[in-house]
Amino acid sequence: MKITGYCKQGVLTLNFNGELDHHSARAAMKALGERIDAFMPRECVLNFKELTFMDSSGIALILRADKRMKEIDGRLLVVNVPAQPMRVLDASGIDRLINISGK
Amino acid sequence: MAVANYTKIEFLGKSANESFARSAAACFAAQLDPTLEELGDLKTAVSEAVTNCIVHAYPNEIGRIQMKCRIMGDDTFEVSIKDWGCGIEDIKKAMEPLFTTGGEDRSGMGFSIMECFMDTVKVKSKVGKGTTVTMKKKIARKKSR
Repeated sequence: MKITGYCKQGVLTLNFNGELDHHSARAAMKALGERIDAFMPRECVLNFKELTFMDSSGIALILRADKRMKEIDGRLLVVNVPAQPMRVLDASGIDRLINISGK
Repeated sequence: MAVANYTKIEFLGKSANESFARSAAACFAAQLDPTLEELGDLKTAVSEAVTNCIVHAYPNEIGRIQMKCRIMGDDTFEVSIKDWGCGIEDIKKAMEPLFTTGGEDRSGMGFSIMECFMDTVKVKSKVGKGTTVTMKKKIARKKSR
């Protein structure tokens, strides 16, 4: 799992590349938290375009990112979600809480 | 139902083996010619079950995990994941959505996702002895699709 990103005009975009499971989640959560804290964006966009696999570890990651963004009065978007991760998100019902859009 | 083919793999409960286990199960299931969606569902369910072993069954040690995959004569794929860890005290509670003892890192959605993506999920567990999760999914043959 590789996370790259940039912050432009208060919008922090993070690109997830690879597989997000329990093995990779801890480092991903750390990277995410550090970047939100460094940039304090008004909007955080998780770009899942290159996410090749995700299990329920990804749900915990999204919920944590959402919590952190709410703490700083910002909002979270999850975009370009491929079919397999989207099925996991649909099954979890998290789409009722978070702004999510598919590929 | 007769077993048409099977494989048995044992590995250490290291988180690096989560991707190994789900990929191995998907490779074995490939002979049933599943759709990408069916393969994704199998991988996700196996990933959840193996993660449960690593996080919950062996919280303070790296234990053994055994995965058996069976292809039944009626094109049902069966996978069972077994550990010799601490066991589950209250299986009903453990399977409730959002219930977790794993803290903020875990979502508590593992069993819900297994149940959602597989046709059946059965859990056998004995405290102090270990847990076996057996899941089945019927794979539709392409010619009938």
